[in-house]
Amino acid sequence: MDVLLLQITLLLSLGILFIPKSGRYYFLLCLQLVATFITSYWAFEAFASTESVVKVLNFQILGQHPTLVIDSLSAFFIITVNLTSLTSLLYSKGYLKPFLNDKGGLAMAWHYFNFFWLFVSMVLVCMIREGLLFLIAWELMTVSSFMLVLFEFEKKAVIQAGIRYLIQMHIGVLLLIFGFLYVQFKTGLPIGFDSMEIYFQSFQAFPIFLVFFIGFGIKAGFIPLHTWLPSAHPAAPSHVSGLMSGVMIKMGIYGILRTLTYIHSDLITIGIFITLVSIVSGLLGVIYAIVQHDIKRLLAYHSIENIGIIGIGIGLGVIGLAIQNNVLAIMGFTGGILHVLNHSLFKSLLFYSAGSVYQKTHTKQIEHLGGVIKTMPYTGLFFLIAALAICGLPPFNGFVSEFIIYSGAFGNLQTATFNFDFLFLGVILSLALIGGLAIFCFVKVFGIVFLGSARTKNISEAHEVTSSMLMPKFLIGALIVAIGIAPALFVQFAVKAAGAFGNIGVLPDGILTSLSWTGILSGLLILMVFGLYGIKKLFQKNKVISHNTTWGCAYIGADAARHQYTATSFADNHLEFLKPLFAEDKKFKQFAEDEIFPSKRDFSSHADDLFEEKMIKAPVRFIEKLFSGENFLLQSAQLHHYVFYAISFFAIILILTLLKII
Amino acid sequence: MTGMALLLALVMAFFIPGIIGAVKAKSCGRKAPSLIQPMFDIFRLLKKGSVYSTSTSFIFQITPIVYFITIFLALFFLPFGAEKGIFGFTSDFIFLAYLLAIGKFFMILAAIDTASPFEGMGANREAFYSMLIEPAFFTIMGSLALVAQPPSLSSLYANAGAISETPYLSWMIIAFIIYILFNIALVENSRLPVDDPKTHLELTMVHEVMVLDNSGFDLGIIQAANALKFALYGGLIANFFISPEFNLITNAGIFLGLGVLFAVAIGLSESFRARNKMKKNSLYIVLMFSLAVLLFFLILAMNSKFILT
Repeated sequence: MDVLLLQITLLLSLGILFIPKSGRYYFLLCLQLVATFITSYWAFEAFASTESVVKVLNFQILGQHPTLVIDSLSAFFIITVNLTSLTSLLYSKGYLKPFLNDKGGLAMAWHYFNFFWLFVSMVLVCMIREGLLFLIAWELMTVSSFMLVLFEFEKKAVIQAGIRYLIQMHIGVLLLIFGFLYVQFKTGLPIGFDSMEIYFQSFQAFPIFLVFFIGFGIKAGFIPLHTWLPSAHPAAPSHVSGLMSGVMIKMGIYGILRTLTYIHSDLITIGIFITLVSIVSGLLGVIYAIVQHDIKRLLAYHSIENIGIIGIGIGLGVIGLAIQNNVLAIMGFTGGILHVLNHSLFKSLLFYSAGSVYQKTHTKQIEHLGGVIKTMPYTGLFFLIAALAICGLPPFNGFVSEFIIYSGAFGNLQTATFNFDFLFLGVILSLALIGGLAIFCFVKVFGIVFLGSARTKNISEAHEVTSSMLMPKFLIGALIVAIGIAPALFVQFAVKAAGAFGNIGVLPDGILTSLSWTGILSGLLILMVFGLYGIKKLFQKNKVISHNTTWGCAYIGADAARHQYTATSFADNHLEFLKPLFAEDKKFKQFAEDEIFPSKRDFSSHADDLFEEKMIKAPVRFIEKLFSGENFLLQSAQLHHYVFYAISFFAIILILTLLKII
Repeated sequence: MTGMALLLALVMAFFIPGIIGAVKAKSCGRKAPSLIQPMFDIFRLLKKGSVYSTSTSFIFQITPIVYFITIFLALFFLPFGAEKGIFGFTSDFIFLAYLLAIGKFFMILAAIDTASPFEGMGANREAFYSMLIEPAFFTIMGSLALVAQPPSLSSLYANAGAISETPYLSWMIIAFIIYILFNIALVENSRLPVDDPKTHLELTMVHEVMVLDNSGFDLGIIQAANALKFALYGGLIANFFISPEFNLITNAGIFLGLGVLFAVAIGLSESFRARNKMKKNSLYIVLMFSLAVLLFFLILAMNSKFILT
C-alpha cells in the first residue's frame, strides 16, 4: 500500500511540468509531503525494529522486483534528507519569487521537477543496496542537482561551475562503477553492496576501500577532492546551495559508512587513513574559508571543514572497531553521524540567511555589506544562531556532536597505546583549532556583513524578507536550540544508526550524564542572560541613556562606513601566519626610488586555494598548452597532417592486433 | 563542601585586580591605591547611565551580559582539589573552554559593531590570539587525562599527583603545567607581554580598545567579568595544591594564598617585563602550545608508553 502510494507520487511528479504556474508550488509541496511522510514512516519503523525494513516495489527491472532496504543507518540519513528538503522547498517559494517574471514557465517547472527528483534520488540512494539501481539513483542525484545549479544559466560563471561539477562527479561515479565491477569480478555475485560482504571477507580491504572512498569522497568534498564545492555553491540559488551543502554531500558520507559496514579487516589502516584525511580537510577547509569574500563561497569551504569533523568521528569509530574498544567506536560513530544532522541544520540555515541577504541587497560580496542586522533583524538573528552552532558553541547543536567526539578522544587517552595517544592528541588539537578558526571566521562574516555601518546604499534600502522565507528558518532554528538543550532525545537515534556497525553497545553512562548536564547548563545559560538583562534594565532605569557617534580619537571627519575594519584586513594576520598554504596574488606597483610625487595607484589582492591552483588549474593549463596554440605540432591546421593521424591510428591498431596485445 | 571553590574564587576575584595594581605601584615606587579600589570603580560604573554608539545594534547591548554570564558560569566548574565543583561531569573542561569562547565571540562581535577601525583591529587581534591559545589549554587537559579516567576537572586534579610514581617528578611536571597555565592566563586576561592594559594608544591595544565604547553598567560588568576571569585561572592553578590530607580551613587558606601569589606574580611580571612586538605575539603563543605538547610527551614517557632507545 505505502509502496504503491510512493510509486504513484513519483509518477505524478511529471505533472509538475504541466500544471499552471499558480498551482505548481503547492502541487510539488503536496507530492513532497506525501513522499516525506511515507519514507519518514519507514525510517521510524526501522529505528523501532532490530531488523532492516524491506520494501519490494511492484514493477520489474531486469526481470527482478527492485527492493528497498532500510536499516537504522539509512533511516537516520532519510530523516536528515527529508527535513532539509522540506525546509529548502518552503524557503524556495519566497526566494524564487523575484525570478518568476524573468524566467519562463517551463524553466521554473523544470527547476521544480529537478528539485523533486534530487530529493527522491537522495532518499533512494539511502535505501537501495542493489548495485545497478544504486548507481542509477546516484547518477540521478548528480544530474538533477546539476540542472538545479544551472538555474541562472545566463551567467557564464554559473555554466562554468556547473560543468566543473558535472565532470568531477563523473570521475567519482567512474570510480564507483570500477569498484562495484571489480568486486563483482572477484566474487562472481551480482553487483551491489551485498557482494561486498563476501569480497571483504576474502580479499585485502584497503585498496578497494580506497577506490570507494575517493568515489564517494568527491561527493562529500574531502580535501583534495573538494574543488567543485567552492564554485558550485555560489553558482546555485540559495535554497539549492542549502540542500546540496546540507544533505547532498552527506550522501558521500553515507556511501563511505555503508561500505565500512562490510569491512572487517584492515580496519586500523582504514581508521588512521580516514582520521588523517579528515583532520586535513577540517583544518584546511576552515583555513581557506577565512580568506573568502564571497559569502556563499565561504560557506562552501565551511562544508568541507564540517565534512572533516564528521570524518574525524567516523575515523575514531573505525579505530574503535579495530582495537575492539566499543566505547571509542560508539562515541566516534555517534558523534560523526549526529554531526551529519547538525551540519545539515545549521548549514542550510546559513545558506538561507545568506540567500535572504543576497535577495535584498543584491550582493554576495562581504566587503560590500555591513549593518544588515538593522534592516533585517530576524535574518541576522538566525544567521547568528547558525554561526554559533557551526562554531560548536553551546547552547546550540554543533556543540553536542563535537562534545561526543572530543570525549571519545579524551576518554581513551589513558588506555590507548602510544601510537593512538598521538593520534587522539592530533584529533583533540585539530578539533580545538578548527573551533578557534571557525570562531575567527564567523565573527568576521557576521561582524562585517551584519554589524557596523552599511558600506553601500543598497543595504539601507533593504528590508526584512517575507514571513514565508522566515518560517523555514524558524523551524531549523528551533531544532538547533532543541538539540542543544535536550541532546539525549536526539542522540539516541544517532546511537541506533551507529548500530549498523555491529553490536557496539550504547553510549557510556558518564557521557549520557554529561550530555544531560550540558543540556541543562545550556538552558541555564540562556535563562541567566535574560535574567541579567532584566537586572541591567533595572539599573538603567531613571538613568540617562544617550546615543552618540563611535569614539574615533575625537576625529569625526570621515564617513564611518568607509573607515571601519574590512574583511580583508580582518583576515590579513591569518593569511600572513599561514602564507605557504595560499596561492596569494597581490597586484600593485612598487614605488620607484626617484618617485617623489607618487601617482595614483591601485592595489588588489586575491588569495586562492592552493589545491585548486596546483591540482586543477595548473594541470589544465599544461594540457591546454600541449594540445592547442599555434606553435603546437599536433594542431598544425594542415589537412594532410590530420589525415595522417587517422591513418596512423588504424595502423597502430592493426599492429597491436597482429601482436595479440589487444 | 561543593560550593567551596566558587565561594573562594569570588573572594579571590574581589581582591586580585587590587593586588595586581598594588604590586605594580609598589615596584615602581608609587603609593598603592586601596586593594578594593577596582571594586569601588565597578560599583561606581554600575550606577551610571550609558552612551551607545549610533552604529551599534542589539548585539552590542547584550554582549557585556553574555560575557559576564559565561565567565560567572565557568566558575561553577571550579573543583576544590579532588572534590568536584557545583557542576562537574565527564569532559566538563570542554564545556568550560567553549563557555569562555562564547563570551569572546560576543566581545569580538560587539567591537566590530561599533564600526570603529580601532576596535575592529583589537577584535581581530583578540580573535587571532584566542584561536592560537585554545589548543594549548586542550593539550594540558589531554596531558592530565593520560593518567585520569574518566577525565573531568576534579579527576584530573585528583590524579595529578599520580603522573609519575616518584612524587618529586610529579611535582616537577605540575610546576611545568602551572608555568604554561600562568602564561595562558596572561594571554586570556590580556596582560603583558601580549597586551598592555595600561597603554594609552588605541593602535596598540587589544582588549582595552574593544571596550572603548562601553560605558556605565556595561563597562562595569565587563570589568567585573575580567576580575572573575582572573579568579578562574587563579583557581585552576591553586587546585593543584589542595590535598585531601589537610582539613578544610587549611585548604581554603592554601587556595586563597595561591590566589594572592598569582596576583603578585602577574603584578611583578608586568613591572619588570617589556611588551612583545605585535608580530611576535603569535610566536609567543605558539611557543606555549609547543611547550604543552612537550608536556604531553613527557607524561607519556613517564608512564612508559614509549621507550626511548
